[in-house]
Amino acid sequence: MKKHFRLAALLVALVMLAGLVSGCGGGGEEKKAADANEIVIGGNLELSGPVATFGTAMKNGAEMYFEEVNAAGGVLGKKIKFNVMDNKSDATEAANVATRLITQDKVVAVMGAATSGNTMGFMQVATDNKVPIITPSGTALEVTVDPNTKKVRDYVFRTCFIDPFQGIVMANFATNDLKAKTAVLYVDNQSPYAKGLAQFFKDSFIKQGGKIVGEEAFMPEDQDFKATLTKIKGLNPDVIYVPAYYEPVGKIVKQGREIGITVPFLGGDGWDSPKLPEIAGGAALNNTYFSNHYSSQKDDPEIKGFVEKYQAKFGQVPDTFAALGYDTAVLLVDAIKRSEDASPEKIKEALANAKDVQAITGKLSFDENHNPIKGAVILEMKDGKQVYKTYVQP
Amino acid sequence: MEVFFQQLINGISLGSIYALIALGYTMVYGIVQLINFAHGDIYMVGAYLGFFATAILGWSFIPALLLAMIVCAILGVVIEKLAYKPLRNSPRIAALITAIGVSLFLEYGMMLLVKPDVRTFPQVLSEVQYKLFGNLVITNRQIIILVITVVLMLLLQYIVHKTRMGKAMRAVSYDKQAAQLMGINVNNTISFTFAIGSSLAAAAGVLVGIYYNAINPLMGIMPGLKAFVAAVLGGIGIIPGAMAGGFLLGIVEAMVSGYGKSLYRDPAAFIILIIILIVLPAGLFGKNVREKV
Repeated sequence: MKKHFRLAALLVALVMLAGLVSGCGGGGEEKKAADANEIVIGGNLELSGPVATFGTAMKNGAEMYFEEVNAAGGVLGKKIKFNVMDNKSDATEAANVATRLITQDKVVAVMGAATSGNTMGFMQVATDNKVPIITPSGTALEVTVDPNTKKVRDYVFRTCFIDPFQGIVMANFATNDLKAKTAVLYVDNQSPYAKGLAQFFKDSFIKQGGKIVGEEAFMPEDQDFKATLTKIKGLNPDVIYVPAYYEPVGKIVKQGREIGITVPFLGGDGWDSPKLPEIAGGAALNNTYFSNHYSSQKDDPEIKGFVEKYQAKFGQVPDTFAALGYDTAVLLVDAIKRSEDASPEKIKEALANAKDVQAITGKLSFDENHNPIKGAVILEMKDGKQVYKTYVQP
Repeated sequence: MEVFFQQLINGISLGSIYALIALGYTMVYGIVQLINFAHGDIYMVGAYLGFFATAILGWSFIPALLLAMIVCAILGVVIEKLAYKPLRNSPRIAALITAIGVSLFLEYGMMLLVKPDVRTFPQVLSEVQYKLFGNLVITNRQIIILVITVVLMLLLQYIVHKTRMGKAMRAVSYDKQAAQLMGINVNNTISFTFAIGSSLAAAAGVLVGIYYNAINPLMGIMPGLKAFVAAVLGGIGIIPGAMAGGFLLGIVEAMVSGYGKSLYRDPAAFIILIIILIVLPAGLFGKNVREKV
């Protein structure tokens, strides 16, 4: 029987090796370091893998703004070059990408990554090299604040609101609008983002007199959720909170409806993807709600203009991540303008002092923890379409 | 009680997938004593072929299933000829390492070909829910999975026990050299075994695509390992054992997530593997039955 164990060990070793090898690949062509007429901004984004739609939308949004800026003559007399690399939705790969962008391509700042976990995968590299990074949608609290020392991370910023806010918003919505008294949490066990949201939802929901009747977890690569969902159905909650990314969420909602769960599923901005209705099916998503950074349907001239431009260029309605990518580009260009010499150090300081920068998801200023002060929207899914429900101020 | 039966239904649908994949493991092991770790990836290729047929060619369910089964049967034979046959007389560890290599090749080759993104199947079978005894829900997809699994298993039993090729398979698995002396073409028999095992895995892949509606290039890893556990559980090399092992594993997983904690499910499967290896190394069905295929 020893053979089987040896086998298993061998298999594990090989699989890990494969991970490493595939991690080192990527980007065949050599890119020259910046010439004097260019300011190079790095993009460390999820262009493939389980959250590929996030990174792709961000890349589109940011590229659109950089093109506008270049067409208008650039910043500080130089053109902006946006150098985007794919981190394959993987934290280790994100670190590789960041190392390359910073040490080889000499970028002055890095945009990315889309998820908290991947951002945390490379922020040490950025901090060590003193290059500021700004994540468009990494919402976990500890992205900008070190949980051990409670100190803000000098070189890390974000364009989105934070998990506590998002969790609390959904708990309020569940209690006040849906009149929910009981809830079940069903959480992605490998994502700091999901765990953070669940924690703050739970605290806030309990504080308002609600009761958490069950807490379950899943692995993001799971296919079958029916057994656990059957158990959840038996607990008879008023709402089910599933903070996770769109791929497992799609399967969970689909399978939940299949076994006859009719109560609302709630979630966070990780739900926002055109893939979600594809996986779950439009009808299954009825009676589900999630918190988000913006709605393309909100009646606001800034948003309308942005949606029109984006649609003309990419042929689709921009999702939240496109808007956050655009906003991140706005923040970066604004900071470069005020930095005067476009050095990473000065850009970092300029970012920290950003005040009322007009962007799509609101007028952005950073608080002392490098978090922008802004509100959230709640969206309802109706036949596979997002419908704007309400806007919540912090 | 109702929850118990609901979990039983969940477990059986999951288990039939494991059983279909486990059959391929067990047959290949029975005939060439090779644990074909690339088998889970053939299942993934099958799922992609099903996706190709339904989403791109616009075929309906049964033609897509047949296409995937036929192409994967050919793929299985090609893999056997290119990767395993040259090593048939080498130490077994060489063949095993090759199997792992083939597995990685299929995973990352597929990733190169179709991108690592998730793909979603079109709605080839519209969803119908049936209510049994009040609250028990069973969907038409679950029924279809079970029916197709059972039909394929019966077909396999027929092939193995009633046809000349089946007889040859049993003879080769019993004693390769003696079979050869009796005029059996061993190479053809082995190819045939790979073809059948691979087509069953492909069927499982298409069923999973239809059932869960999302596929990706690394989807074969976990079910492949689970099917391996199922094959060992039933007694590797024994066909009824693989079926029983697959169903049993699916049901155990459903019960563990239903009554225990959802995260204990995967550990439970591998604890079963360890316990079986220690207590009943020959598997549940492996006592006196020496007939293998």
